[in-house]
Parts: sequence; C-alpha cells; structure tokens
Amino acid sequence: MLDSPTMTAIKLWGSVFSGFGALGLGMSLLLGGLLSACESKRAEPAAGTATTSASPSPSTPEPEPKPGPAPAAPGPVKIGLIAPFSGPFAGAGKQIEGGVRAWLDQHGGKVAGREIELLVKDVTGVAPDVAKSLAQGLIVRDKVDFLAGFVLTPNALAVAPLATEAKKPMVIMNAATSVITTKSPYVVRVSFTLPQVSAPLASWAAKNGIKSVYTLVSDYAPGADAEGQFKKTFEAAGGKIVDSLRVPVQNPDFAPYIQRIKDKKPQAVFIFVPAGAQGTAFLKAFQERGLSKQGIRVLATGDVTEDQELDAMGDAALGVVTTHHYSAAHDSPENTAFKQAFSKVTGGKVRANFMAVGGYDGMAAIAQVIEKLGGQIDGDRAMEAFKGLQLQSPRGPIRIDPETRDVIQTVYVRKVEQRPDGFYNVEFDHFDEQKDPGK
Amino acid sequence: MSFLGVVFDGIAYGSLLFLISVGLSITLGLMNVVNLAHGAFAMFGGYCSVWLTTTWGLPFLWTLPCVCLAGAGVGALAERLLYQRLYRASHLDQVLLTIGLTFMAVAAATFFWGPTQQRVELPDFLRGQVSVLGLDLGAYRSFLIGVVVLISLGLRGLIERTRFGAQLRAAVDNQQVSAGLGIPVQRVFCLAFALGSALAALGGALGIELLGLEPSFALEYLVYFLLVVSVGGAGSVRGTAFAALALGLCDVAGKYYVPQIGAFIIYALMIVLLMLFPAGLQGRRA
Amino acid sequence: MRGVPKSVRDLSFWLLPVAGFFAFPDYLVLGSQMLIAGLFALSLDLCLGYAGIVSLGHASFFGVGAYTAGLLALHGWHEPLTGLCVASLAAALAGLATSFLVVDRQGLTRLMVTLGVGFLLHELANRASSITGGTDGLSSLELDPVLGLFRFELSGKVAYLYAGGVAFLAFVFVRRVVRSPFGLSLQGVRENAARMPALGVPVRRRLIAAYTLAAALAGVAGALNAQTTGFVGLETLGFERSASVLIMLVLGGAGRLQGAFLGSALFLVAQHLLSEQSPAFWQFWLGGLVVALSFFARGGLLGALDALLGSLRRRGLAPAGGAGAGP
Repeated sequence: MLDSPTMTAIKLWGSVFSGFGALGLGMSLLLGGLLSACESKRAEPAAGTATTSASPSPSTPEPEPKPGPAPAAPGPVKIGLIAPFSGPFAGAGKQIEGGVRAWLDQHGGKVAGREIELLVKDVTGVAPDVAKSLAQGLIVRDKVDFLAGFVLTPNALAVAPLATEAKKPMVIMNAATSVITTKSPYVVRVSFTLPQVSAPLASWAAKNGIKSVYTLVSDYAPGADAEGQFKKTFEAAGGKIVDSLRVPVQNPDFAPYIQRIKDKKPQAVFIFVPAGAQGTAFLKAFQERGLSKQGIRVLATGDVTEDQELDAMGDAALGVVTTHHYSAAHDSPENTAFKQAFSKVTGGKVRANFMAVGGYDGMAAIAQVIEKLGGQIDGDRAMEAFKGLQLQSPRGPIRIDPETRDVIQTVYVRKVEQRPDGFYNVEFDHFDEQKDPGK
Repeated sequence: MSFLGVVFDGIAYGSLLFLISVGLSITLGLMNVVNLAHGAFAMFGGYCSVWLTTTWGLPFLWTLPCVCLAGAGVGALAERLLYQRLYRASHLDQVLLTIGLTFMAVAAATFFWGPTQQRVELPDFLRGQVSVLGLDLGAYRSFLIGVVVLISLGLRGLIERTRFGAQLRAAVDNQQVSAGLGIPVQRVFCLAFALGSALAALGGALGIELLGLEPSFALEYLVYFLLVVSVGGAGSVRGTAFAALALGLCDVAGKYYVPQIGAFIIYALMIVLLMLFPAGLQGRRA
Repeated sequence: MRGVPKSVRDLSFWLLPVAGFFAFPDYLVLGSQMLIAGLFALSLDLCLGYAGIVSLGHASFFGVGAYTAGLLALHGWHEPLTGLCVASLAAALAGLATSFLVVDRQGLTRLMVTLGVGFLLHELANRASSITGGTDGLSSLELDPVLGLFRFELSGKVAYLYAGGVAFLAFVFVRRVVRSPFGLSLQGVRENAARMPALGVPVRRRLIAAYTLAAALAGVAGALNAQTTGFVGLETLGFERSASVLIMLVLGGAGRLQGAFLGSALFLVAQHLLSEQSPAFWQFWLGGLVVALSFFARGGLLGALDALLGSLRRRGLAPAGGAGAGP
C-alpha cells in the first residue's frame, strides 16, 4: 500500500540515499583525481638543484622533450627511490637521496643523452607492506626503469619478488643483510653487508695481539649477523670469545652490561648496536666506568661511529677501532669531489656518511649500465651489465661480483681521532677485495 | 662488590624513572586523564636544555631550573587550552588527544633539531667515577640520585605540609566534595599539571646523559612511564617511588644476572604486578 | 526507517570498493591494503566500539594471524583459504588466553596490560628468530592460486578481490553479531557494566567472547596481509600498528561498522598523498588531525555525517526517522 506520506518518505529518503551514495562516489573519484594529479607531480622533498624532468636543469644546454605526446626522443630514464624520509630512520633516507643527487649534480642530470628522472617515495620506516605498495605503484603506474634505495632489510625482502615478476633491476643502496641478493636475480647491491665488514675486524684483532674478546650486540638480525661472523673469523684465527651478550634493541641503560664486561676483563669488546643514541650511550657508559682506563679496547663495525653521528659522540668515541667501507676522512680526489657535491645539494648541514656513498655509487652504477645499453633499458640486459661492473667510488675501488650480484670492496680499519674540524674515522689499515662471507 | 654496584645503578635508573613519572601519576590520579603525551613533556625539557647549552652557551646545571620553569609554563598552557576539555571525556578520547599531541611533538622535534641524537656538555666534576667507601660509583649517577632525593623530599613537604598540598590531596580523594568545600579545584588542577610537567621536563634534561635524546624519545620511553604509574598506583607519590625503584632494580639486576631474559623482565613483571594489584601498589583509584 | 531496508542501506556501502576496482585499476595494491586495514579496524571496533575495551595491543592478534599464515606458507602448506582459517584459529586462541588478563581490569590498568602483552609478543617473536626470522621476517612466501584458479599477480587484482571478498564476508558476519542479542548485550556492558548482571547477562563471559572474536578477526586480517604481501615482519606485532588501527577506527567512527573501512581508507589515502608531498610532516598533520578529531568529531567521520544529517533534519530538510548508517 503506498499512501501519500509513505511515497513522500520514499522519495525523500531515496533522494538522501542517492545523495549519500553520490557523495561517496564523488569522494572516491575526487580522491582518485587527486591521487593521479599528485602522481604526475614530481615531489622533491630535499633542497637541491632541480635535476628532474619537471623543469630543465640550468646546466643542460637544451631541455629534453617531455614524455607523453609521441616524442621523437625516448624520454627520461625513471628511477624509483624507496627509502624512509620520516620516522626514526628519516636521516638515512636523506643521506641516500643526497648521495644520488650529488652524482646527478656532478653529471648534469643526464646519461647517454637521456634525462634522469628521480621519483622519491617515503616508506616511513620498517613497513614492508608500504614498500611493496610503493614499488608496485612505481612499476605499474610510473613505469620506472630501475628500483633503488632500500635502507631496511624487511622492506627490501618484501619488494624482491616484485622485481622478479616485473623484471626490474633493484639496486640496494644500503640494506646490509647477506640474504637479500639471493631473493631475486634482479637484485644488485652497492652498499655492504655486515659479515663483510665484521670478518676483517676479527682478522685484524687476531693479528694485533688481541686474544680475548667479549661481544655485545643488539638483539636483532643485523646484530646476530655481525656477532656470528666476528666469532667465526676470530675463533678460526685462534682467538677466544670470552662471552656474548645480546641487549634489547631499544636499551636505555648499558650499566649492567658494562658491569658484566668489567667482571670478565677481556682484552677487547666487540659491539654492534644501531647507529646513533645506542652507540653513544654504550661508549659513554664504557668511559664512565673506567673500562678504557683498564686498557680494554673497543672494536666495532663502522655503523656505530658513522660519520653523521660521530661529532655528537665526541670524546667518548676516541680510540675506538672500527672497520667499514667508507670514511669521510678517506683521502682521495673522488671523495673530495663527492663531499663537495653532497654539501651543495643538501645545504651543507650534515656530513655525508656511508649511506650517502651508497646512494652515490648506486646512481653511478645505474648510469654506467644505461651507457652500456646505449640508453635502451631492458631488465635482463641491465642485470648482465651490472655483473662485473667496476667503479672508482669515493670510498675506494668497488666491483660487483658477477655470481652473487653483491659488492666486492676494500674494507678499511679505522680509529676515531679528533681533528680541528671534528671527529673522524681515520683509516690506518685495509683489507682488499673483500667479498660477502655470508654466501 | 658488583652486587652493590648493580643496586646503585638500579637506584639511579629508578630515580630517573620516578622523576619523570611522578608528574604522570599526579595527573592521572588527580584528573583521571590518561596523558600519553607525558613523554613529550619530558622530551621538551631535554630539547630546552640542549637549546640553552648550544645556542645560549649556558652551563648545563644552570639550564635545569630554566627547564623546570619552561616545563611548568608549557604544562599550565596545555592544561588550560587542551586538557581541561578532557576531564569528563572517555579514556579513548584522552588516549587519542594525547597520542595526537605526541605525534605532533615528535614531528616538531624532527623539524627543528633533525632526527639525530643530541648531547650536552657536562661539567667536569660530573664525569667519571667517584670512590665512595671503596666502591666506584658513577659521578653523574650519584648526582642524579641526589637531585631526585632532594626533589622527593621537597615534593613530600609540599604535599603533606602546605595548604596547596592539602588541597591537592583533597581533590584527588574526592573532587566534588572538595569543590563543595570551597577548594579552587580548577586552579589546583592547573598548578598540579604544571608541577608534573616541570618535573617531567627536568627529568628529560637530566636523562640526556643516561637515556639519550632523539625525537622518538617521547614514544619510546612512554611505555616505561606508564608502566611505573600503573604499577605504583595513580595519584600516589609513594607508590610511584616504590614502583620506579622496583622496576629500576629488577631491570638492572635482571640484565646483569640473567641477560638472556633482557627485555622480557620489565613487561612480564608489569603484567604480574598488575594482576596482583589491579589498582597499583598504592593506588587510590580502583 | 521507512522505504529502504536497513540491510540494503548498510551493505550498499560495499558499492564503493567495487567501484574502486574499476575506477582505479592502477591502485589495487593500495586498495587491498585499505581493505585489510579496514577488516583489522572492524575487529577492533568489535572490541572497542561495542564491548568498550580500549586496547593498545590489538596488533598482537594481527601478528599472530600473520605469522601463522606465513609459517604455513613457508613450510609447504600453500593453500590460502585454509591458511586463513588456521591463522584465525590461532589468533582466537591467543585472544582467549590473554582475555583473562584484560576483562577483569579497568581504565589505565587494562590499557597497560594490553600494551604489555603487545610488547611481550613482539619481543618473543624477535627472540624466536629461528622460527619467525626475527627482524628479517619471513619472506618470499609462495601461495597457490585462490580456489585453484586465481593466481596472485603484479597488478594486484586477485589480491584486491580476495581481500575484498573476505572483508565483505567478515562485515556481514559482524553485522549479524552486533545485531544479535549477544551484540546488544555487549553494548549494554559498554554503557553500564554494573547493571547488566541484573538482566541476567554474564558480563565476564560476554567480554571474553567478544575479545576472542575480535582477536580471531584480527588474525584473519593479519593472514590476508601475509598472503597478499608475501612477507611477514615484526612490525605486524608492533605498537605502531596498534596505534594506527586505533586512529583509523576513530577517524571513521567507532561503534559503526562502516566507520572501520572508511577510516582506514581515509588514513591510507592521506598517508599516500602526504608522504609524497611532505614526508616529515605526515606525522605532524596526522597528530593534528587526531587532536582535532578528539575535540570536534568524537564520532569520527560517520559521527560528523550523522550530526550533519541531524541538523538538516531539525531544519526540516531531511525526513524524520532512524539514524544514519550503523545499527
């Protein structure tokens, strides 16, 4: 029975309902429109020279034609950079981006006649699902030629299957776990692995009269990697690991652990903790308790005294012996030029560290591959070009192992010293042609 | 001998926890507001101290009273503008507002100071170790314990001997009756919140040496403060002190004697204590 | 409510994801994450919006579901649907086990307990790295095609439809539950737990049941995440995830089922947009939004819409009758 009030109600409600539905659809379409509009805008969160294709770089003689309406030239080479730019790892992302832009600045933003277009995406931290979503967007929507970046291992591991499926080269510019390069034949790494830098430290210690070592690492996968490799190499060289400690990753106070170390009186302590506050906390507690006065030496991987944080660590870090692949104090013309370019594109506020070099060398490697391929990018041929690639990096000479697609480089033994312009890791020994022992 | 060293370290750590958490305990007990932004107030104090030492060249010890004042000011402002509206709100709304504030604080800290950690220059007499009765005790830790003991005594005096303290205790026990007796409850709230924030800020500044200072401080250590307050009982200074010391000692002792357990201890202990004492060790609100 | 039946009204919301599938074929991976987050928020809604248990550790069950599904896939059981069921069961068991800690407490204590359980599980998963892979997580998970026919591929179409289908079924199920006497008694407990025994309602048992059910659903969401991403890491258990799902739920409106999905969609879209424009400020604006929400829009988006409709109704611009979306 449809009496008049009911009819009115149906009509009114129907109109409200369809209004709601329309609103909802409208919202989603609006959002979609916003999304696609924003996709076409190339965001540049860091200050620096505009080397992306949105506006022509001042150093290029003439602008490249934009992609889209049937261009005669092939358009820019697109590189998707996935790294954290917010949250606790924000510094890492900025370093990597700074390194990439430093290279671009030095080379006018072009390779083999094509512009380089950098698409920077914030993965916000340890967020494998976000990483995967970003990578998928880069591959499917933006049609990038290369995926790059990757500071954190879980993010890299989540994206690797996508690289395989889409046949896109994936350049790891920082993540340091051995297993990453085995996850896809399209992964190549230009940074380092923790076992790669821990093994030489153990060798050096054994050669230099250190017989007993106490290891202390943060209780997570990189810590376990570092500890495992150090132990293996050190014991093989005849040394003795007095004891091992695993501390919680976010550990406010090292006092009880330092006390245990003091009790055992080793000749040296090998530590691995996340760069930054943890390293400083440990070294300060170490100094405060007088362990350095007792003659116990501190050995660490270079992450602990990395260049960006070193000045803030100050006196507590003096005399710490570390091994790593890059130091800002490395004396070479490439390093000087790199540091200058980095300073230029980032505003000169932070010191370039090993992550920036990872970005720089990753970009250099990609550029070499583009040139070898004559500007015609194809996933499989690009991977062939990556294998055996050699670079004279700001860190020293590096090359990519053709079998594992991982980096082979010189690992330096350094000591923290105070110079007029700050604290630096000064290199005094080195181990050439180090491969990743984890494979 | 190392047992005493462990006890000393535990007390130092516990003292720091107490200093920062006591404000939260007062706030929660008094106003029944779950203030998850408390870590942000502590962090604010830390960054104030850093700013004063680096930009203004003030010696570290002089920054401490300044930081207290700044903390009190910000606390009073926040209470008047924001927290006042939450007194009658549900716990969910309070959680939301304060988490939102914390996120904003973390982002602001990253913006102004960058994501790396900060440090302060300690005066020479606070570095290294002092020898007390044959034991080597950390100089800074001794200083910390001393400061906290003084503050606790002062706080106790304030709460038990002054008029304001009496008003505070009355308002914690029963807000409505207190108001009915003519106690200016709103003013008491504001002052109490300011006091709690001042102490948190001081704790944040003092904690730079021990805990470090990064933008993520506000969220990372929040758990510890909440832990201390929920175990000790909201609204009770003594309960907070016991809880802070207990947790500090257990954490340090656990890490020393059984390091394999490490991070578990503090969480497992918290759950156990909360199951046994739902209102906290000396809670005033069930 | 005259005219259109309530069920049609409530379910018509699902036209949006269907429209999205066709309107945004390039964003389906983001879309499936929205659906999974929506399901997760829905499970929290059951716990928080209906039973009134504020939990800052709900990600524990998401993580348990994710790791269960991940471990199954890693050790040879590649079938996704049964994996989903097993994961849900595991999460339900975890929920049941921890519910005893949670239902007897109130306020801050309960909040802390949920927080503590979350951190404990996180630490446990970190420790048991031989099983869980620790910080590296479980990667390269391979799954058989859904129903033997639809393989997960790059464009994310199958993942989207799979997640969407499961989320839809879960939505229908939860809607049934909250409109049942059980669900109504939950709302009664939330409003005034002291009075419910007078009605013959066993409060404690209801809360345990609600918490366990919420855990089971969270486990389904976690398993979906593991299966569609092919990866499980520690952050599935972390505090960040618990906090963000809470925000998503409140953004959309707690206590109203669609609010969970709306809030998640809004949150993820905003994150996607903002993190491109100004990565460092994403957190700031999110914080500001949450603060504003707690002041002005306590019912979230749907609550605001309701208020709008209410004021329109008062001015005679809308028909009188039942409330807007929601039971």
